[in-house]
Amino acid sequence: MNWLSNLARPGLKKSKPEEEKRETPDNLWIKCPTTGDLIFRSDLEASNWVTPAGFHMRIGPDTRFRQMFDNGRWTLVPLPKVPTDPLKFRDDKKYSDRLKAYRAKLNRDDCMSAAYGAVNGQRAVLLVQDFDFMGGSLGMAAGEAFITAAQTAVKRKCGMVCFTASGGARMQEGILSLMQMPRTTLAIQELRESRLPYIVVLTDPTTGGVTASYAMLGDVHIAEPGALIGFAGPRVIEQTIRQKLPEGFQRSEYLLDKGMVDMVVDRRQLKDVVSQILSILTPAAAAASAEPENDEAQPQPEAEAKPASRSGAKRAAQDKKKPQQKAAE
Amino acid sequence: MRTYLDFEKSIAEIEAKIEELQALAESSDALEMGVELSRLKTKSERMLQDIYAKLDPWQKTAVARHPERPRFRDFVASLVTDFVELSGDRTYGEDPAVLGGLGKFLGRPSVLLGHEKGRTTAERLKHNFGMARPEGYRKAVRLMDMADTFQLPVISFVDTAGAYPGIGAEERGQAEAIARSTERCLTLGVPMVSVITGEGGSGGALAIAAANAVMMLEHAVYSVISPEAGASILFKDSGRAKDMAHAMKITAQDLIGLKVIDSIIKEPLGGAHRAPERAISTVGAAVAQALDGLKDLSPDALRAQRRERFYAIGRLENDAA
Repeated sequence: MNWLSNLARPGLKKSKPEEEKRETPDNLWIKCPTTGDLIFRSDLEASNWVTPAGFHMRIGPDTRFRQMFDNGRWTLVPLPKVPTDPLKFRDDKKYSDRLKAYRAKLNRDDCMSAAYGAVNGQRAVLLVQDFDFMGGSLGMAAGEAFITAAQTAVKRKCGMVCFTASGGARMQEGILSLMQMPRTTLAIQELRESRLPYIVVLTDPTTGGVTASYAMLGDVHIAEPGALIGFAGPRVIEQTIRQKLPEGFQRSEYLLDKGMVDMVVDRRQLKDVVSQILSILTPAAAAASAEPENDEAQPQPEAEAKPASRSGAKRAAQDKKKPQQKAAE
Repeated sequence: MRTYLDFEKSIAEIEAKIEELQALAESSDALEMGVELSRLKTKSERMLQDIYAKLDPWQKTAVARHPERPRFRDFVASLVTDFVELSGDRTYGEDPAVLGGLGKFLGRPSVLLGHEKGRTTAERLKHNFGMARPEGYRKAVRLMDMADTFQLPVISFVDTAGAYPGIGAEERGQAEAIARSTERCLTLGVPMVSVITGEGGSGGALAIAAANAVMMLEHAVYSVISPEAGASILFKDSGRAKDMAHAMKITAQDLIGLKVIDSIIKEPLGGAHRAPERAISTVGAAVAQALDGLKDLSPDALRAQRRERFYAIGRLENDAA
């Protein structure tokens, strides 16, 4: 603001502090997006990436699994392969190249990860959508993952919990991404037919075709505090009605007020709330086959734990700067 | 006065000439004029044929949005007798962007649903240009519930740019309304046939198109997002909508290969708007045929058929070849 800060010292390049942080994924201190306070990294990890001010940072599948499953033990559900780039889509980059880059960066085929295990003793399949993978956009891989997760839950006679985080449909897959809306909806019917609970945990952000399908069809809807949840993205609405949107519009608390979610739950209480619901909605099925499958859950190797939390830090640091990707209606 | 699209300029010129000659021929009886007239008519027809045989996706989008294209009300007026329009979602309000009711579709008692864009400016405003709010989809659910109760097939006509993105729509749960409507289509124990007649815009279209049989008019388009909106997101330039229309594969001819639609309904030469009555009766015949093919299936078989149909889309084993 003052003249001093505008003055670039010779030989030194001006750089934005956020960008600097982005390049140091291992940094010890992480800035709270709301207060700007610096938080010790291990403190953040201990509080499941919720800052002292209550801001819920975005987390990926590994961090989520570790938080939700008992003793950090879970079994990954293998997800089916899908055709790559059937439309041969390109914008300024080829979609297949874009995919390759994300796969290399996140060491995962697409945005969904599914795992089976126990949540406070309640067996469940958890499906986690990673916003870092192309904005968590819903394409064929995500749709197929959803179907597989639901069918795994049916096979194992347990509930399914889906953690949503997505800008919406993956436009690079055109109509095939739209078709994931009825496809995932059909998978939910399989759970319903087997009388198995389907719980949705809406995390920041959940918009577009994801909200307009499986995110809004849960038996119970839980939202993490402050998450952006809506059909049309705020930018699209602003452009359509040419009006500034009210404060708090499309945030979790707003959706609670409007009757679209059952509760807004702090991440640190999430495990208890989810297991409570599961225990009431799946008593018969859970009792039927609780024991034999327990030993299938493998402890996750330590090696996997580290990059996961690192990506959590990076994610958190990038949160403010990251453009909202691919909001499709 | 006919509305001509950008790429129809040459046809507009010839047709203007034809009209002029026709007016002249009425006042004088020159034989020559008759010869010239029929020559011009053949020529314009050939031009139409040429242009419409190779419409690109962006041109098709323009045809699909043509202001004179048959609308829900036109289809109902020609194909449905004893139509009783039903209104309201019984929860909040009435949304004229989605219309529905009971009637006899070519003699078959049915539930009809469809987007209505309206034609005159007043109508368009009233129907919100066919962009539905949650109440429209909740009305659709209500009508599908009735169809299940009274064992009536559901026929839907899809023509929307998309669901309306507004504060009120969000407030009242646009996403939930769309999700529930899609779900209701899929759980129906009665046959459902959908026709994409113009624009199939994203979730707002799909919400009433998750059917046993999905058909598309020859020049209709169906896409995950409008080319303009898609271009503004991916290219950061809504002016590149044409490129987006090409890249997204939105035409009936593309979508049949992807198994997203089951059949293409041929349009009269030069698009449905040039001979609406003919277009409508072709649609009627195609829908009737689809309904007849589904009428002996049990409720469970109908649900299973829908499940298989949608699960098969994009599956790897189908792409093996």
